[in-house]
Amino acid sequence: MSAILDPTLAPGVREAVGESGLRIVRRRNIGRWIAAGLLLLFLGWLIKAFADGDIEWRVVGEFFTARAIMTGLVNTIIMTACAMALGITLGVVFAIMYMSPNPVLRTTALFYIWFFRGTPLILQLLIWFNLALVFPTMGIPGLFEFRTVDLITPFVATLLGLGMNQGAYTAEVVRSGILSVDVGQTEAAKSIGMTRLTTLRRIVLPQAMRVIIPPVGNEFISMVKLTSIASVIQYSEILRNAQTIYYANARVIELLIVAAAWYLAVVTLLQIGQYFLEKHFSKGRGERSQKRAAKAAAGSSAAVPAAKEA
Amino acid sequence: MLAAIEPMVIARSVDKYFGSLKALDRVSLDVAAGEVVCIIGPSGSGKSTFLRCINQLEVLDAGAIHVAGELVGYRRVGDALHELSDAEIARQRLASGMVFQRFNLFTHMTALQNIMEGPVTVQRRPKAEVREEAMALLERVGLADKRGAYPLEMSGGQQQRVAIARALAMKPRLMLFDEPTSALDPELVGEVLSVMRDLAASGMTMIVVTHELGFAREVANRVVFMDHGGVVEVGPPKEILSKPQHPRTRDFIAAVLS
Repeated sequence: MSAILDPTLAPGVREAVGESGLRIVRRRNIGRWIAAGLLLLFLGWLIKAFADGDIEWRVVGEFFTARAIMTGLVNTIIMTACAMALGITLGVVFAIMYMSPNPVLRTTALFYIWFFRGTPLILQLLIWFNLALVFPTMGIPGLFEFRTVDLITPFVATLLGLGMNQGAYTAEVVRSGILSVDVGQTEAAKSIGMTRLTTLRRIVLPQAMRVIIPPVGNEFISMVKLTSIASVIQYSEILRNAQTIYYANARVIELLIVAAAWYLAVVTLLQIGQYFLEKHFSKGRGERSQKRAAKAAAGSSAAVPAAKEA
Repeated sequence: MLAAIEPMVIARSVDKYFGSLKALDRVSLDVAAGEVVCIIGPSGSGKSTFLRCINQLEVLDAGAIHVAGELVGYRRVGDALHELSDAEIARQRLASGMVFQRFNLFTHMTALQNIMEGPVTVQRRPKAEVREEAMALLERVGLADKRGAYPLEMSGGQQQRVAIARALAMKPRLMLFDEPTSALDPELVGEVLSVMRDLAASGMTMIVVTHELGFAREVANRVVFMDHGGVVEVGPPKEILSKPQHPRTRDFIAAVLS
């Protein structure tokens, strides 16, 4: 067996070690073994505690795909998608308004962000849900009119509450993303005749995405779980439906475990999606680019490319 | 050669302030079609600012600039000047192509996509035709094999040559160069200057802000020396660079050559 020699050793030492025929004794890392042992012990204790505890795993399996749970799951997913779509749309719009030279637009954006970030989400949900107390009817007089109670269903109230609140946070994320793009990019876009809007759409936003996606992915995941607080205004998402079941059968922990497993499943899928999105929007800056950049710097930079092999 | 007499750029007593700092002080300059003008001067002398006023990256505070026969930034209605809209300014900018000190290639696009972006998105020309022209342009700047490379994968000299191709793809009547070689490693300056030399030989009207006095001497029809926001001296390169009349020009050239 040839020992792997550390290339950083001075040549003389290397030869001495290599040719001496002596055995190399690896470092023992005793600390790691102790830490691993302690953690395994703790894990074993945890598993035993849950195994001995009063949990009917049969019930967990039984309700895992129960109709009410499935409906709740679908509602959770739909609400997450709709609220985030609304939130991101509002976020982009308000970020652009915030950065506009028009003082009216800027102040409006400022006020929106201030209000929706500054009040608790649960309070906002309650306001939307009880909007009928302020405006019994809504619409354009003479054209059409609705009773507010009919219009603001739990779904609509939740969507508005979560979406508007999300928009305030996303606006700040989008703004920081836009600010991260070098002004030179905008100037270059202008110099080839792009209007402000085209520049934003074709040049600035695609580059801002690289900065925007990780925090928005984070917020997407938060949103999956935030939908659960919509149970206070009777939106039948997964947690609320699990509660409805355990009010009837008293299997509290079992149903909470079911709900937790589904939340984890959805979040895992989202994380995988985020990975691919990030990869897409790091075009020109990804690992591949860094490798090639290093090569370009190392190889000659003459007009005739010398670094074509490999 | 009647076309050579027609002025491509007419600037008349242009003023520009940054806050209380007067960046341009009654700058007047005419550039004929087909002419190559190099603007030299110490940093902070206003030469880049003047260039940026020509394609409206900066808005002037007084005076007027005409590019290709059009008053820049305004439309005349009766005896009033109306400010142009965003879209109209964008259209006016098509008359000139700009090359920046820091290249400013779109980092999320390949070399080829960078060149095609303007013709396809702004001019709405058919993609296939634009691609062919873009490839020809890459060939012209010696980078045909870099079409799929992203900007950060190229050296500074290569990026700048792609940037020149990107500006040329819009078929501008005038090319503006803002210190195109100042951000380059010394050994990369030559490849960019050689592309610019070819461009000048092809008859393109060029205004070049530069510190490369050798390039100015060889390629420019006229050299402009600017200092403290004003034009100090204008003339053929031989006169300005070898026998400067003004003491400030003399000091500057001595300092650059030393």
